[in-house]
Amino acid sequence: MNIFATFRIAVLALLRNKMRSFLTVLGIIIGVGAVIAMVAIGEGAKAEVQSAFDKMGTNMLVVRSGSSQQGGVRGGAGSQPTITWDDVDAIASEAPGVARVAPSIRQSVQLLGDGQNWTTSAEGTVPDYFTIRAWTLKSGAFFSEADVSGKTKVIVLGATVADSLFGPGADPVGAVVRVNNVPFEVVGLLARKGQSAMGQDADDVALMPISTFAAKIQGGLKKYMQGTVYVGANSPADTKLAQSSIDELLRRRHGIREGQDSDVTVNNLAEAASARAEGTETMTRLLAGIALVSLLVGGIGIMNIMLVSVTERTREIGLRMAIGAKPSDIRIQFVIEAVTLSTIGGAFGVALGVGAAEYLRSSLGWATVVQPEIVAISLGFSAVVGVGFGLYPAHKASGLDPITALRFE
Amino acid sequence: MADETPILDARDLEKTYTMGTQAVHALRGVSLTVQRGEFVAVMGTSGSGKSTLMNILGCLDRPTKGSYHLVGREVSRLDRDELADIRNQVLGFVFQSFNLLARTSALENVELPMIYAGVGGRERRRRATRALEQVGLGDRLDHTPNQLSGGQMQRVAIARAIVTEPKLILADEPTGNLDSKTSLEIIALFQDLRATGITIVLVTHEPDIAGFTDRVILMRDGKVQYDRPQTPVDARAAADAYAEVPA
Repeated sequence: MNIFATFRIAVLALLRNKMRSFLTVLGIIIGVGAVIAMVAIGEGAKAEVQSAFDKMGTNMLVVRSGSSQQGGVRGGAGSQPTITWDDVDAIASEAPGVARVAPSIRQSVQLLGDGQNWTTSAEGTVPDYFTIRAWTLKSGAFFSEADVSGKTKVIVLGATVADSLFGPGADPVGAVVRVNNVPFEVVGLLARKGQSAMGQDADDVALMPISTFAAKIQGGLKKYMQGTVYVGANSPADTKLAQSSIDELLRRRHGIREGQDSDVTVNNLAEAASARAEGTETMTRLLAGIALVSLLVGGIGIMNIMLVSVTERTREIGLRMAIGAKPSDIRIQFVIEAVTLSTIGGAFGVALGVGAAEYLRSSLGWATVVQPEIVAISLGFSAVVGVGFGLYPAHKASGLDPITALRFE
Repeated sequence: MADETPILDARDLEKTYTMGTQAVHALRGVSLTVQRGEFVAVMGTSGSGKSTLMNILGCLDRPTKGSYHLVGREVSRLDRDELADIRNQVLGFVFQSFNLLARTSALENVELPMIYAGVGGRERRRRATRALEQVGLGDRLDHTPNQLSGGQMQRVAIARAIVTEPKLILADEPTGNLDSKTSLEIIALFQDLRATGITIVLVTHEPDIAGFTDRVILMRDGKVQYDRPQTPVDARAAADAYAEVPA
């Protein structure tokens, strides 16, 4: 007996009981829909965390001076400048796993431009900084190595600073901004990042070459690098290696023995990001688990209906056997009925789940991500549920004795 | 006829059921031979063993003892799948309660046995249409059972039985749910089929129905009490005569 004929028999049998078939399918629709919507919410949260960290910088490590210690009072990270300019160069040239290094020193300054003023912290750094912190340009250019060596008076503005000085949406490239009364030419406008992972305005920045900063803002280069060193590792996997190699290198250079507190701290942001992502991953699994239970309940619903159906159609089964259906024909028919129910349910469930995720995204602003794999998995799982919960009723039907089945009232 | 092999040759059939601790002997040695083209009535009270005999003859059940050759083939020891094939290819069933699929058209009901025989859709439709025309329902192809009268439903069931061109039709009380006039029409249809060469074994408890057959077998206590040929009454004439009686 061919499979299309069997499929036709199954579909006709289901259509004979439209309402019941619909209610059975509803269980699977809700189950699959819930799985997809829940996973979409979880994945969305994960993607949001990931993108927040990505905006801060990719594969980024942050090296800060250690704490000062006076009479047992420890001043906190950065309170005691301990990192020298040579240390910075050493990190770049000696520490394995390190791709680029950008020292950054900052100071609060007043900016004047186009008749407006704005107070923010100006930051002196090197071109690698833009790569490490994942900045992109809206217009103009980043400053270059030549600008650093030539102490050029150029500045790159964040969107917030540019808006405050030149009005929203204006392109300040080419204009002159006075930083603590020193004129700088605006060479670049950074693309907007929005809120940082820590909740601050990431766009409230003004960046200039570190040499210019030291000369014009700070008033001469200090012995110690009184700021932060941003380090970009070769790859996400290399961040751990870079972290330990920098720590080791600086301990050696500063003559700090094993077991003593180092006078610098090295923070691994990539690791923090993946820890946060893992947290949301756990949430995703939890949500998917709950949704999966509802899919299972839907499957039990199918089994229930199939069992009722077998009893109700005992005479039909008897007749089919009398006119030549083998037990395997009957079994296949009922399994196909169950699988048809669950697959149709799965298809509508996917529509429901994707629709719900889309609704949450567009109307409520939730970051939901529907992954094609999840759609495929839930469809596959609903078919498996159909087979799994259809087998027992089908087996029961195929085991009926045609004589008793024909006489069944 | 050139082929002298009996269509049905049962020897010393015994069937014993165990009901709790008690053994029930439903058949106690039944031997029966039916030739091609015969129209046989099997009669008997309930408990006489006629249903058990029909189940065995219909390959729905297997005898405890004895041999059963159907169209020259020993079938009493076949397994469930092989019996299903025999039922599909050699036999046609007609039941007292019609056993049509509800909410399914006459055509599709008749197509059913051919689905299990693996006949293609176009051929199924063609043969089912022809079978329904043969039983006089050529204009009711798309009607579902609830749109048909009892007699029409039994005609659909007969079309379903003959559509596979079986050698033997087993009819279990086919007129049991029908009024007298309709019963006569159905029996006339069986007589028409017999005329085309199909062998028919009919179970009934109504003596007047048995009168339309070539041969009557009476069962009692699991044995054949008598088995004699007779000249059948013409059901068509009886039906016509009946039609002239004012209602």
